[in-house]
Amino acid sequence: MGEAAPALVIEDLHKSFGDLEVLKGISMTAQDGDVIAMIGSSGSGKSTLLRCINLLETPDSGRVFVSGELIRMRPIRGGHAVPEDRRQVDRIRSRLGMVFQSFNLWSHMTVLENVIEAPVHVLGVPKPEAIERAKAILEKVGISEKLNHYPAHLSGGQQQRAAIARALAMEPKLMLFDEPTSALDPELVGEVLRVIRQLAEEGRTMLLVTHEMGFAREVANEIIFLHQGRIEEQGPPTQVFGKPKSERCRQFLASHL
Amino acid sequence: MDWELILESIPLLLKGLLVTFELVLLSLFLGGILAVPLALLRISRNPIAWMPVYAYIYVMRGTPLLVQLYLIYYGSAQIPGMQDSVLWPFFKQAWYCAVFAFTLNTAAYQAEIFRGAILAVPHGEVEAGRAVGMSPSLLYRRIILPRAFRIGLPAYTNEVILMLQASALASLVTIRDLMGTADAIVNRTYNPWDIYLPTALVYLIVTYALVWLFRKLEYRLSGHLRDRPATRVLAGAGPEPAQAGLR
Repeated sequence: MGEAAPALVIEDLHKSFGDLEVLKGISMTAQDGDVIAMIGSSGSGKSTLLRCINLLETPDSGRVFVSGELIRMRPIRGGHAVPEDRRQVDRIRSRLGMVFQSFNLWSHMTVLENVIEAPVHVLGVPKPEAIERAKAILEKVGISEKLNHYPAHLSGGQQQRAAIARALAMEPKLMLFDEPTSALDPELVGEVLRVIRQLAEEGRTMLLVTHEMGFAREVANEIIFLHQGRIEEQGPPTQVFGKPKSERCRQFLASHL
Repeated sequence: MDWELILESIPLLLKGLLVTFELVLLSLFLGGILAVPLALLRISRNPIAWMPVYAYIYVMRGTPLLVQLYLIYYGSAQIPGMQDSVLWPFFKQAWYCAVFAFTLNTAAYQAEIFRGAILAVPHGEVEAGRAVGMSPSLLYRRIILPRAFRIGLPAYTNEVILMLQASALASLVTIRDLMGTADAIVNRTYNPWDIYLPTALVYLIVTYALVWLFRKLEYRLSGHLRDRPATRVLAGAGPEPAQAGLR
């Protein structure tokens, strides 16, 4: 390989839930350092697309490459598919950082324990080293004083920042954000967006499903507008927000800005 | 009240209590070892895995423990060839039959407790474990089972208390546990009141000691559920343990 493979390549991805076809052939590429925001109304398939990347949903057909490595899938009955090799899936997942809408911190562990859990038990990092790194990361997301608290004792914004720290601790090649601020009270959205913006400025490769149009415009270098399982509009924010080619995208933006 | 009889019976009753403890703890322990894999098989979507376990749990919960105990103790001797088999030294002793019956019985109940608790683990936390690349076994070890253990603990406390009370049945197959010892003294002295009353009191005290112990354990394991980390109030820290076993 002459030059490094793109962080993510998706080719012709399809996914159905029962009779409902949620993704109707999605192709996209994320280069290292890209910040891609995916927008669209609910039901457009943007969360499903994100979840197909780390196989929390299994795509029915199409191909996903993470850092050039194809996730091998095997077709099964009913037009669905299953991963060929579960270990490959686990390995690829460990290189992707996922941040959920509802945080999903492990509630029986403190913030620090949440952050060191996967480095220690999945990657095999020695515990003292993992703690050292976790403290630095928690410092960075601004909740180092909460490291011995349980998630239930934190505000939503603090929980989401802890969840971002948990994802960062795996030193992911690509970060996936699934509506990270949608479950937050309006006054807590800012603190989470600040952390995400900081990560973008560091040059991290990120895919972001969001309803925060202003934020997407400001932070992303590429916007993808999904409509009914297809990419309807795609391009730099100036183009997508400034002069969208698609009528549907124009309507969507008009009602969301 | 025949105080003299009561006083001289107490050491005997306490000796019986030790047998009760042995019986209950051993059965709970062995039952618990069986219960986790049973619960996992019961959750499985593969009919070959869950159907036999379902049938087992159905039978164990659908028949009285006393009948199960009698079938094992009296019934095993009548199985053709049993008395010549290598299993006979085991089945001819009431003690092993009691441990065996209690273990099989509590395994079914504990499996149901674990099953419910495992299914009650929030889906999002399981998904977060998958998303960081945990293998299924690691996910069970680090996330699902520790969470399920905390969720199932109140129900498990009940099971322990019910097993303690149910262990009195062992006296019916000649075991000299607390109840068996009491029966023996009553048969000798024809003084049920003065013997069964202290016996009941011993069961009561042990039950409350268990409730207290499990409440402490629950408190220790529930830091993540309390309002604030600084809360140091022990009383009212969580829901009262259910009293179903105290009958």
